[in-house]
Amino acid sequence: MMDRLSILRLRGLLRKEFLQILRDPSALAIAFLLPAILLLLFGYGVSLDARNAPLAVVIEQPTPLAADFAANLEHSPYFSPRRFASFREAELAMDRREAVGVIWLRADFARKADDGGPAPIGVIVNGVDANNARLIEGYIQQVWVNWLQASATRAGRALAFPAVVHPRVWFNPAVQSRDYLTPGLIAVIMTLTGALLTALVIAREWERGTMEALMVTPVAIWEILTAKLIPYFVLGMGGMAASVLIAVLLFAVPFQGSGWTLTLCSALFMLAALGMGLLISTFARNQFVAGQTAIIVTFLPAFILSGFIFDIGSMPAAVQFLTHLVAARYFVTILQSVFLAGDIWSVIAPNAAALLIMAVVFLGAVRLTARKRLD
Amino acid sequence: MWSQIFALIVKELLAILKDPKSRMVLIGPPLIELLVFGYAATFDLDHAPIAIYNQDHSAASRDLVARFAGSPSFKVVATLDGPRQIEQLIDTRQALLVVVIDPRFTRDLALQRPAPVQLIVDGRNSNTALVALGYANAIVSDFNISWLAKIGAPPPSTLLDIRARYNPALLSRWFIVPGVVAVLTQVVVSLVVGMSVAREREMGTFDQLLVTPLRPIDILLGKGLPGLLIGSAEATIGIIGAVWWFEVPLRGGLVPLYIGVVLFAMAITGIGLMISSLAATQQQALLGAFLFLVPSIILSGFATPVSNMPEIIQRLTLINPMRYFLVVVRASFLEESGLLSLWPQYWPMAVIAMATLVTAGWLFRKRSV
Amino acid sequence: MRPTDEAQPAISIAGVSRSFRTGKRVAAALDNISAQANRGVVTGLIGPDGAGKTTLMRLIAGLLLPDRGRIEVLGTNVADSALAVQTRLAYMPQRFGLYEDLSVQENLDLYADLRGVPRAVRTERYADLLHMTGLRPFTSRLAGRLSGGMKQKLGLACTLVHPPEILLLDEPTVGVDPVSRRELWEIIDHLTNTAATSVLFSTAYLDEAERCDAVLLMHEGKLIGAGDPREFTAKMAGRSYQLRTKTISKRAAQEALSRAAGILDATIQGEAVRIVTDEAKAPNAAQLLPGVDGVTISAAPPRFEDSFIALLRARQSAARRPPAPIPIPILADANQESQEDVILVRNLTREFGAFRAVDDIAFSVRQGEIFGLLGANGAGKSTTFRMLCGLLPPTGGLLRVAGFDLRTAAAPARGRIGYMAQKFSLYGDLSVRQNLRFFSSAYKLRNARQRERIDWALAEFDLDAFADAASGDLPLGFKQRLALACALMHEPEILFLDEPTSGVDPLARREFWSRINALADKGVTILVTTHFMEEAEYCDRLVIMAQGRILAEGTAERLKERLRRPDNPDPTMEDAFVALIQTAEAQASAA
Repeated sequence: MMDRLSILRLRGLLRKEFLQILRDPSALAIAFLLPAILLLLFGYGVSLDARNAPLAVVIEQPTPLAADFAANLEHSPYFSPRRFASFREAELAMDRREAVGVIWLRADFARKADDGGPAPIGVIVNGVDANNARLIEGYIQQVWVNWLQASATRAGRALAFPAVVHPRVWFNPAVQSRDYLTPGLIAVIMTLTGALLTALVIAREWERGTMEALMVTPVAIWEILTAKLIPYFVLGMGGMAASVLIAVLLFAVPFQGSGWTLTLCSALFMLAALGMGLLISTFARNQFVAGQTAIIVTFLPAFILSGFIFDIGSMPAAVQFLTHLVAARYFVTILQSVFLAGDIWSVIAPNAAALLIMAVVFLGAVRLTARKRLD
Repeated sequence: MWSQIFALIVKELLAILKDPKSRMVLIGPPLIELLVFGYAATFDLDHAPIAIYNQDHSAASRDLVARFAGSPSFKVVATLDGPRQIEQLIDTRQALLVVVIDPRFTRDLALQRPAPVQLIVDGRNSNTALVALGYANAIVSDFNISWLAKIGAPPPSTLLDIRARYNPALLSRWFIVPGVVAVLTQVVVSLVVGMSVAREREMGTFDQLLVTPLRPIDILLGKGLPGLLIGSAEATIGIIGAVWWFEVPLRGGLVPLYIGVVLFAMAITGIGLMISSLAATQQQALLGAFLFLVPSIILSGFATPVSNMPEIIQRLTLINPMRYFLVVVRASFLEESGLLSLWPQYWPMAVIAMATLVTAGWLFRKRSV
Repeated sequence: MRPTDEAQPAISIAGVSRSFRTGKRVAAALDNISAQANRGVVTGLIGPDGAGKTTLMRLIAGLLLPDRGRIEVLGTNVADSALAVQTRLAYMPQRFGLYEDLSVQENLDLYADLRGVPRAVRTERYADLLHMTGLRPFTSRLAGRLSGGMKQKLGLACTLVHPPEILLLDEPTVGVDPVSRRELWEIIDHLTNTAATSVLFSTAYLDEAERCDAVLLMHEGKLIGAGDPREFTAKMAGRSYQLRTKTISKRAAQEALSRAAGILDATIQGEAVRIVTDEAKAPNAAQLLPGVDGVTISAAPPRFEDSFIALLRARQSAARRPPAPIPIPILADANQESQEDVILVRNLTREFGAFRAVDDIAFSVRQGEIFGLLGANGAGKSTTFRMLCGLLPPTGGLLRVAGFDLRTAAAPARGRIGYMAQKFSLYGDLSVRQNLRFFSSAYKLRNARQRERIDWALAEFDLDAFADAASGDLPLGFKQRLALACALMHEPEILFLDEPTSGVDPLARREFWSRINALADKGVTILVTTHFMEEAEYCDRLVIMAQGRILAEGTAERLKERLRRPDNPDPTMEDAFVALIQTAEAQASAA
């Protein structure tokens, strides 16, 4: 198949693609600028970690015990407590969204505690943002348990809580959401750029009528496809490298795995994403439809169904099944492992295999559906 | 004047509803977004896989294990008999959390010494890890309290009495789905309005409009009012879906909600018209809308709280109308907010709407007359 | 000359049909076409837009498959072995298939690579092509920066890097100035003479048919004629005449003649009316225009277009003849020749950055006049037109339309003009009635008056049957009618027409101009832009623009007059145009 003329044609097409990329800033912008902007935006804008959450504290009767507990809250990095004179005022502050929750120590708090207790510590959180509320609850609980244990030890009493939890968070000991969001984000962004880029450049050839001119030359359809695939693969991998550098250098995300594992998996993923873009472009003949389809069928699923931000395990079974059709899902898993855990082949191998299958399916579908015809 | 604007609105609505491309924008994304976000976007843990490594084998430790097994948040997928499997289970993501009970657990409990329970959690998704730890902590606390009661020891002197207001079960869905109403309105209005002028420019009918006796303000109104109508219709679809399909309570009433919808749709219409008057082709308009939509959704508090963002970005969100509208929607659904308490959200949207509409009008004059 | 299977035609088409689906509608683009094109000659594929020319070209090039029928190129079935055919033919699509962000040389290199031209022969081949197309000085220029004519030549050069046996050119002369058109034809003649290339050339310009060795006439997906164009023209011998009279206006004469018995066609040509008769018999003036004195009739040479009209009329009479145009009721009472200048332009200039699109032009248009702005693409006529309509501010100079500058005038001033945009811009998703209703509302018509005008438009333009069809689905001729109807809803005093008949078939064009003539007779002032030299004949006066300047102004007659020589007794408008451009260029190089 690869005769001399074929190589000549392929070389001609490749040179054309690279010249076009160099002369048309929009391709470079989609490959490098778009990922960088999105990464910065998400990296700085998206965080699930509550730090210095505003907390309203109401102490109806100042006592040493209440003050001691309040001091513990003050020292927690998670909260910035503010004192309110009455529960009513604190409640209003919460409704004005000036506080995420209220800690309410009633007038009889110290007396009840001295009487052998238990003295209730009222905690009211605003449950509208359920996830944030749950994290706040967890932090408050942690502060409270630590306070009880510490005061028991200080007083030489028996521990209030005999069974003690020693949490150990592997791979991300600081429990920073940025460390796990950033690798996932790279997958989402590369889905968008990979598919958008190819879909748009081919649609542009249709719009400008150059595809028609190409198709009547003796060029074979696989030569046209290969000539599109190679340059945009290179460009996509460049964008990928730029994103990884931003993640590691700017966001200081740890990188535990090896570069070559990352390169190999990225290459597989890039092939799947480009295959998707090529597939879109076989039926979307103008840039408008191609752009919109790329966003709807690649970006949205990659964003929501890849496990990048929402845990797949918690989705309904039918939706979980759907996630298997999203290439980004496998790549998110791989990236989170390679960045935070290292080259764990038992994770990487099956996901990489899935990516390989998707790449083969998409590219195969492109090869089967692409015709040197206009209809 | 009004009969001309009415004719413009009728023409605009007909053009939008009859064109398959814009019909796709109106119907496709809204339904997909509502369903996908409603079902898939959740931070709640449901039967998260955990493993137990119990080295103690006493009644007390078995009680603790039973509490983990009985929690709806967790599902025990493995019971280990050696430490080697832990690493493998976590690495391969077969287990999110491994509960390791020390061999001296019962002895330490009896001696009133700290009896360690180790929780090893996969931190690759830090949010899930934190949520799982929170659940596990609560289970261990409950165990402690019932253990103290069982041995007749005094209970802890204080007790946490936690209540979540407005969303007692802390369902993510109640948070996400009303947010989708805002996303829907924003996406649809900005696309429809953003592309409307560009579409006419491409078809060549825009010149034809400009040579009629219609004034720029008439054309602006004729383009903007359909956006407002469509935005309100989309929001209504979202609200109906949220209430009847996803069963999110609507506690605040429709009046404060729809005041927000109108102000928000006006602000987005202004932005859409700005995009529209700058874009020469539908493609540029699409790109412009995308460049506006993505940051404004990310920096709105839709998925992650604004308060978690760095200070400077928080200040940037002040010019994002969606930030205010999200508060209005969620408050109207879940809280019983009155109009007064939402005033701090209404006026910034009104200001943004004024600013963007005036700018759009100015750009429009500059580009057309 | 290849001796093998010389007798075989270059292209043979047998019973080919092809239809397309758009939504729920299935439209037949080609209906049972059988034809052939011979070797070594130029075969013209002639027909208006929508006739199916491009579809046929794409079928021959193997870019589409026929629903039925068979196409053979050089004896090879295209449907079976498209690739084999594609190595032997070259195809230049509309818009020339150039990569605009690649330079002239890079475009040539790409197509040389794709066509497998050996490196050894490239230098020589490039030299030939660059010489032939005159592109040598521009090899490093980006294709996107070339003028329309240069793009067309580069497109041709790219298809010729590997000498093809068959060359398909799809409307290569659209949007190209007449000078470039002539140069293209010289290249094609050269190809057929020296390389024996078979050329299939599609065009909507009927005058180009006369340059072809054979023609295939297409109309609405059907082949309505095939053969030697000279034979077509010869058949019309003795049937075309020029008629002059001083007693009645040329427009009144043309109107009367177009409805006279025995007359196939009547068109205004300068000060005369050109008529084509049913039979080859000299017409009798008294019978044609009863009661009109001083009519002189002289024989005129037949044209190819006459035969096309004859063919179309024959097809139409089988179906139905269009209703005779009813006089259009227009308010203005301008029977007397007015001398008032309705449109006035002085020192008008428009710059885009450093580029002067319109360079200090001046002209004026009187009431009731049909005034033409002629020029090739890029001559500045569209820019002038847009400034007059108030769509674009001038950089300098004065312009007045009905006493106003429409850009700064209050909205009601715009109510006095009507505007018909290029490509008949309508709301394609709206029905005919909805379009009419919208435009009448935009022009402040209401209630009974609005209903009355909509009914008038539907009846007058014969749109009743389509009233509820989406206007985007209408045939081109009906779109044109609807666009005119929309522009006339408010009975404007001045009508702006931008390329009003491009691509429509000759009958629709005649019908259109008969309406415009009637409007002008009622005192409506008409300003029309066109790159279609034939349309200039309909204008009372016109200006010819090139490179932002006015080259000449006057009546069509007077512009042609200057060229009348013994060797060219009846110069065409295109001859006049080319001569003007060449004189201007000669002066520029002398200075």
